Amino acid sequence: MTENNELIRSSAAALAEKLAAREITAVEVVQAHLDRIAAVDGQVHAFLHVNAEEALAVAAEVDAIRAAGGAEAEALHELAGVPIAVKDLIVTIGQPTTAGSKILEGWHSPYDATVVERLRAAKMPILGKTNLDEFAMGSSTEHSAYGPTRNPWDLDRIPGGSGGGSAAAVAAFEAPLALGTDTGGSIRQPGAVTGTVGVKPTYGGVSRYGAIAMASSLDQIGPVSRTVLDSALLHQVIGGHDPRDSTSLPDPLEDLVAAARTGNVEGMRIGIIKELHGEGYQAGVENRFNEALELLKGAGAEIVEVSCPNFKYALGAYYLIMPSEASSNLAKFDGVRFGLRVLPEEGPMTIERVMGATRAAGFGDEVKRRIILGTYALSAGYYDAYYGSAQKVRTLIQRDFDAAFAKADVLISPTAPTTAFKLGEKLNDPLAMYLNDVATIPANMAGVPGLSLPGGLADEDGLPVGVQLLAPARQDARLYRVGAVLESLLEAQWGGPLLAKAPSLTDASSAAGAALSHGGSH
Amino acid sequence: MAAINRDDVAHLARLAHIEMSAEELDRMAGELAVIVDSVKSVSEAAGDDVPATSHPIPLTNVFREDVVGHTFTAEQSLSGAPDAYEGRFKVPAILDED
Repeated sequence: MTENNELIRSSAAALAEKLAAREITAVEVVQAHLDRIAAVDGQVHAFLHVNAEEALAVAAEVDAIRAAGGAEAEALHELAGVPIAVKDLIVTIGQPTTAGSKILEGWHSPYDATVVERLRAAKMPILGKTNLDEFAMGSSTEHSAYGPTRNPWDLDRIPGGSGGGSAAAVAAFEAPLALGTDTGGSIRQPGAVTGTVGVKPTYGGVSRYGAIAMASSLDQIGPVSRTVLDSALLHQVIGGHDPRDSTSLPDPLEDLVAAARTGNVEGMRIGIIKELHGEGYQAGVENRFNEALELLKGAGAEIVEVSCPNFKYALGAYYLIMPSEASSNLAKFDGVRFGLRVLPEEGPMTIERVMGATRAAGFGDEVKRRIILGTYALSAGYYDAYYGSAQKVRTLIQRDFDAAFAKADVLISPTAPTTAFKLGEKLNDPLAMYLNDVATIPANMAGVPGLSLPGGLADEDGLPVGVQLLAPARQDARLYRVGAVLESLLEAQWGGPLLAKAPSLTDASSAAGAALSHGGSH
Repeated sequence: MAAINRDDVAHLARLAHIEMSAEELDRMAGELAVIVDSVKSVSEAAGDDVPATSHPIPLTNVFREDVVGHTFTAEQSLSGAPDAYEGRFKVPAILDED
């Protein structure tokens, strides 16, 4: 078990090195993670589907290629044999894709998302599909139709959302890497509350082909990991132009891994966004954030203050644009082409009534709320006041970023205003739930990249705090440069990774109560 | 801007093809009123001189060669359908005969 413990706690970069040196086999690595999933996922519920057979087969193939040596072994991708989990919003051949919704229960995609094709080309074994808020709509994973994921730091608390499954899988050592999607913070906010790393790339930097769309002008696939370097490695696998996504940027991918390996902030200007800290932010979040600034200053960065006065409209504009796009994207779930079909209990059996009954039964409350809100915002008579105004706010937010990036090379803020809250705490108050994304939404509105990394534990509750870095569009490399420096300075203080302080989840065979008391012991 | 009421929600639910019970309409109307109230400030944020942004990083003229790309077989396309008949999607009556 000790051996396995070392395998599951290793970074993807460390696993890749040992695999290349043939100190370990890919089958051992995949099996160690499958064992871990079997041991702890009953408590965490990060996975909706475990893909053991295929993952082991890919691992065995990698091992055989390495053992044979020669040109094929030389040509293996550096992450070949390093396993990964995939958010269940991203379609995969050979595994179900549910989007966390009853309307797609048991559905199998006839095609792979581009990012999944790239994982397969790199021969990275796919461990399974991770839980999420239904259609990625939420900040806690409680809106999943298949039950919530729990935060490995405290099983009574939310793991963030919508990508709580991916973040929790990585935090609980069930996978070294995962894919997420981020429309308003769904990669970064779960990263913050689980003490992990998550990156939303520049809009268009990673193909969206095969990600089930919520809001097409905001959605972005990105990496989830435990270290900054691991996110860079994964970003490098999935990034770059894809002709099947017409919003995919044609630019060549920068060397993100080199940026993470040569992190340096000497002489860099790092901008604190006046509007994204202070009032409304938990004291422990604010404290860890201020310490991060001091560390960066000590490493030679210049800390400047910038103001983004229109960010105060970002949340409101987001909750008009996102539901508008979602209401039209989700019109395809009509009970005809895929997924659920429910027949009305009485009356005429027309397609319209079948559609109404199917969508009533197949969609959860939050999805219905957003579809109705979006339909409202797009209605004749309201369009200009709502959707039109929100699009203008988008311009104002972009201008705020332009002005801020004239004064600073990267911007910094807390990722989320609070640490992980209790399951159920905000479930019946949609507006309180939406406020979790106040610091992450501006990046989606403007298309700029953002990275969240662990900043430490809050004094008042001992739970992880996230620090967010933002860079200009197409400058994702800066996030990795600064993130790597901050990570190494913080880990030097902590004496190791933050996740070393997380309670060790006990075996599923032992009482769940034991794990719960761990969670409460901070 | 006008507030959203129960009749509005009932109308919108019909447009969105989501059947809703009376209880659901009541609850949804209450929740949406709060949300709409909180987002209405956006209409005051920008003047007429501010252009709208529909897309964060605009690309223009994204074309590909006019050749047949990847296509699905009929079998693949129908693989997830709730009902199919002789290589086609099978749907209930399109028109209400009354």
